[in-house]
Amino acid sequence: MNEQYIETIDSYTLPETIHKLISDWLAQHEVDEEIFDRILRRLVRIHEADLPVKTHDQLITLILKKEEKGSPVTDDQFDEILKRVVNEYQSTRIEPCEAVGIIAAQSIGEPGTQMTMRTFHYAGVAEINVTLGLPRLIEIMDARREPSTPAMTIYLEDGFRDNRDRAREVSWDIEASPLHEFGDITTDMENMRVIVTLNKAVCDKRRIKVSEILERAPTKIRDRRHYRDFESEVDEQAGILRFLPKDQGSYQNLFQLVEHVRNVIVQGIDDIQRVVVRKESGEYILYTEGSNLKDVFEVEGVDTTRTRTNNISEISQVLGIEAARDAIIHEANSTLREQGIGVDVRHIMLVADMMCMDGEVKQIGRHGIAGEKESVLSRAAFEVTVNHLLDASIAHEHDELCGVTENVIVGQPIRLGTGDVRLVVKPMQPITKTGEN
Amino acid sequence: MPSPKRIGKLDFGLLSPKDVRKMSVCKVIWPDTYDDDGFPYTKGLMDPSLGVIDPGLRCKTCGQKSGDCPGHFGHIDLAKPVIHVGYTRLIRKLLRVTCRACGRLLLEPQEIDKFSALGDDPFSADVVSEKDIKKERVCPHCTEQQLKVNFEKPTTFMEAWTEDGRKTEHKLTPADIRARLERIPDEDLKILGIDASVARPEWTILTVLSVPPVTMRPSIILENGQRSEDDLTHKLVDIIRINQRFKENQDAGAPQLIIEDLWELLQYHVTTYMDNEVAGCPPARHRSGRPLKTLSQRLKGKDGRFRGSLSGKRVNFSARTVISPDPNLSVSELGIPLAIANEMSVPIRVTRENIEELRSMILVGPERPTLRDPCGANYAIRPDNRRLRLHGGSGLLDNREMVAAMIEPGWTVDRQLRDGDIVLFNRQPSLHRMSIMSHRIKLMDDRTFRLNPAVCPPYNADFDGDEMNMHVPQTEEARAEASLLASVQENILSPRFGGPIIGGIHDHISGIFLLTHELRWFTKPEVLYLLKHANIEFLPKPGKIEDGIPYWSNKQVFSMILPRGLNMVYRATSCTNCPECKKELCERDAYVRIIDGDHISGTIDKKSVGAFEGAIMNRIIRTHGLKRAREYIDDMTKLSIRSIMFIGFTFGIDDEDLSRTEYGQIRDLLDEAELDVEKRIRIYKNGQLEPMPGRTAEETLEMQIMQVLGKARDRTGDIAGSHLGLGNSAVVMAVSGARGSMLNLTQMAGCIGQQSVRGERIVRGYEGRTLPHFKKYDQGAGAHGFIRNSYKSGISPTEFFFHAIGGREGLVDTAVRTSQSGYLQRRLINALQDLKVAYDGTVRTTGGRIIQFKYGEDGTDPTKSAFGDPVDVKGIVESVLKEEV
Repeated sequence: MNEQYIETIDSYTLPETIHKLISDWLAQHEVDEEIFDRILRRLVRIHEADLPVKTHDQLITLILKKEEKGSPVTDDQFDEILKRVVNEYQSTRIEPCEAVGIIAAQSIGEPGTQMTMRTFHYAGVAEINVTLGLPRLIEIMDARREPSTPAMTIYLEDGFRDNRDRAREVSWDIEASPLHEFGDITTDMENMRVIVTLNKAVCDKRRIKVSEILERAPTKIRDRRHYRDFESEVDEQAGILRFLPKDQGSYQNLFQLVEHVRNVIVQGIDDIQRVVVRKESGEYILYTEGSNLKDVFEVEGVDTTRTRTNNISEISQVLGIEAARDAIIHEANSTLREQGIGVDVRHIMLVADMMCMDGEVKQIGRHGIAGEKESVLSRAAFEVTVNHLLDASIAHEHDELCGVTENVIVGQPIRLGTGDVRLVVKPMQPITKTGEN
Repeated sequence: MPSPKRIGKLDFGLLSPKDVRKMSVCKVIWPDTYDDDGFPYTKGLMDPSLGVIDPGLRCKTCGQKSGDCPGHFGHIDLAKPVIHVGYTRLIRKLLRVTCRACGRLLLEPQEIDKFSALGDDPFSADVVSEKDIKKERVCPHCTEQQLKVNFEKPTTFMEAWTEDGRKTEHKLTPADIRARLERIPDEDLKILGIDASVARPEWTILTVLSVPPVTMRPSIILENGQRSEDDLTHKLVDIIRINQRFKENQDAGAPQLIIEDLWELLQYHVTTYMDNEVAGCPPARHRSGRPLKTLSQRLKGKDGRFRGSLSGKRVNFSARTVISPDPNLSVSELGIPLAIANEMSVPIRVTRENIEELRSMILVGPERPTLRDPCGANYAIRPDNRRLRLHGGSGLLDNREMVAAMIEPGWTVDRQLRDGDIVLFNRQPSLHRMSIMSHRIKLMDDRTFRLNPAVCPPYNADFDGDEMNMHVPQTEEARAEASLLASVQENILSPRFGGPIIGGIHDHISGIFLLTHELRWFTKPEVLYLLKHANIEFLPKPGKIEDGIPYWSNKQVFSMILPRGLNMVYRATSCTNCPECKKELCERDAYVRIIDGDHISGTIDKKSVGAFEGAIMNRIIRTHGLKRAREYIDDMTKLSIRSIMFIGFTFGIDDEDLSRTEYGQIRDLLDEAELDVEKRIRIYKNGQLEPMPGRTAEETLEMQIMQVLGKARDRTGDIAGSHLGLGNSAVVMAVSGARGSMLNLTQMAGCIGQQSVRGERIVRGYEGRTLPHFKKYDQGAGAHGFIRNSYKSGISPTEFFFHAIGGREGLVDTAVRTSQSGYLQRRLINALQDLKVAYDGTVRTTGGRIIQFKYGEDGTDPTKSAFGDPVDVKGIVESVLKEEV
């Protein structure tokens, strides 16, 4: 109904978000010439004010909301609002020389004292344990290769996400299932062998071919469980597998073999011990205990754009360092928020950027950022003092005294904040009598 | 003022034996320190040329007095070379990667060339590791067969080979090793990351030992007049003694066995002199059995030289005492006791303008009698930096008049503190920058620091015996920075989340809640009583006049402390988020509307004035500035304290009383819950319990029991809550957000509920049961820590035990947490401390490396942001339109 207006809007080169906001709004509301002109005029002025995306979006939304209610903002009011918004935007710029690093470290460190230590908590899904609170925060900063409770949130593609059965099918491709879930396992003591009789119905339900299991089980025992002292026979028709230990005389070996046969993973991804399907905001989501991003991405039906894991180093390997930075921010932020602690994202971003600076995720501490600093004195003041000094002298290292600790140690102003201002005022020249200059 | 010189750079390197000798002022050969008359032996460890520590004496080398003479190094010539413990790993590496005959790297010549070509590239430094080289068994340069080098902690090296099928080992003496290291050419060392111009590897085998100056190891004189030597001196005595004996034996041509023993002994002493905590080496001990603190121990750790004396130092002009509250002070003020003000001082340059004033201060002297007296002075400093201590009283020492007559421009006077001086105030642990803020002082009686309770949140202080520190800035620059950057006013906003961190606490919130809740009217004397301490100049028009008597509403009273032009609409803490908001007609009076500085509706509570939230304050800061915000805090705290005093507020044991009907209801409810638990246990025991997905039946049962009991506890709270209304002080505190919660009230009046350890019911104890009072394998509520009593009714003996168990977990938790989060913060600070915003808006390390191209991706300062947003658009629109949008 507002085609001509939408066309007019299209003719302006507005930022994407503004454009979308206004054309969506126009599509839903009846407006006349006067209203449209007013909105357009204001839109252009807001756009020209050069504000951040979030700010002008909020502003436009509020103004449109007022239009909707039939009580539009008057021109004077609009001028006042825009003036104040622009002023406030300018006054919230960060100042040069600000010691943002220290502020970020304090902002994340200080609430640490208020966090709980309880390692296990039930986050959203009651069935799956996730480390939260201070231990999790420490884990993130430590850049551990494996979190103490790896977990994934797997989103599904269209066609899977709204169908419980199909979601369940995806979960079977992911959840590690041991052989004993697919049939009966009996130990034939007399003939020294283990007999697996697969249950066809279960296999069909789990959507896996009997032949596949028959083939996979023995190889996986060898490759994944590193147990090789056995031979196997396959009866494809009946779906029967027989395992014979090499050493026919030892019962101990037989029992060992039974354990391996029972627990060998024949379907799903080995690292993922459990999958829970839950419906959240209108779609089915899989929550897992254990994490293996690379293999999960290859499963059919998984939405690779939204699926995530709490294993940061895995993200860094599979998706790259930018994704890892994002993961650090997301994990740290949600850990803090879960504890009800408000910390500005900018602080967390700075920490994440520092950790990912060199293209790999580095730890906050001796084996990472602090241990690789340029300054000898700074490293010596942190940890393992003596070794740093001894190594520095062998390598003929220099300390350029740029950082904070070094300058504190030698007793001169640090190059931060007011200490960084190197403005020297020339004393005023006495005014000469000739009056020149 | 000339710009101060800066140290440009520090270089690290090894001392060569030549350097040690060149530096040395004295060859030390005498193992003793002082003779019987107390004079130091020449050529002994306390030789006067090594520096002076006794006041009055002069240094034989530089002629300066103790304090001015930095001390001078000496040296000891070792009879045979010994290994420096710190470099054993380097030595091992070098022995393994170089030829035992020609000293070249065990690499093909072309590979060496390849690596040395890389050497100039700073990013590939130290490319060659032990692993790259070890494989070569025959020297490619001289075809010498290489032997395996074994290393035994702490300082033994051995060559091993197989001869006629037998493994043979042969010890390498430090002299052998030194000879081998000498042969390694400089170019080969460069590939290994060693700069031979400052660190030849053979220098790690000591032939001469540097003796540190006496100023580094002063002897202390005990009360009984005995001298007690420093640990380092003790160790040096040992070294010299053994060295001497070694030399004598060597000259006398002693058998090889004895020489070897002595060599090892010398090695042991030199090793422990460097580091007394080496693995595989018994630490050298003092006579008392305490391990000696030698060189390495002096540097290491929290109290070591680096962290203990270089990064952090003890300071003068500081004071510490207990803190106590004084609500009549401004938040930016600090009450200090006279005793402290008299002790601490500020240096004031004497000029023509202030000379008379300073003279009168000197005449008052160091003992200001009462706080109302003008301040005195403690020292006068002459232009040549000599300090004259002022003495008061009437004794012979009294020099006040004499000094007062002496001073003239160019002198400096250390003036005592007086009202209005700026000081820094701090509470440990200093976890964020608001832990140190500057205040203006106010002299007070008694012996504690006094502060407004509203500044407690940033310091995280309370008054249960907390002590705090005060520092007095001594220079004009320091004072300027303290008042402009570190003042309380500048730190109202927390950089952590961009909201106010200073605000009303406890009674401030209860008081303002009681004042502003619903509508009440005050007569003029009442209004004046309430606003007595607030900074108000006139009263507005009365809200109503009845029988000729003017009345002001409670909301008008609160409006008086608000700045004009303040517009905001929001919902208070007591809002229960009804599906349909009734706005002004809210029965909880939780819809707050402030138009043009007039409080129209709603109750003012934690959300409006509390620390960490303080919506009103947040808006005042943004529209009226920090100064007005500080004035508002002062007025608000004073008004709320007066309100709570006017209205009255008490809480006692009988405030937790419920009526007979409620007790009956609670009893029935808990009985029912316990029966429900019994029922569930029966179902479980019959094996009929359907387990939850991914849980065992037992876990499911536990979860169900926890749920049933938790719900029962909450329901008792509801029963208690329905009986206790806003007339109850605990309810007022909980609803307004001042302190406590409805859960606390539930536990006091209703039922304490389930005690837990690690989120589960209490299970540990004896076999099959928690306490001997129960039957084995009883899974009922009472047997696993459910407390059905309330704090008011008192708890039974078994419940008492469970309560203690649950309580202890909390204590352990706190203790563990503080140490862990402390270490996390230290690491974070260390990793991030060098970052700053450059003038181009990028974030860089002080070395110039770019970390972010724009701070926080949008260049917004989180401190000034509106809880993270660059602009508080909603707030601005609402404040212009004066209505909620």
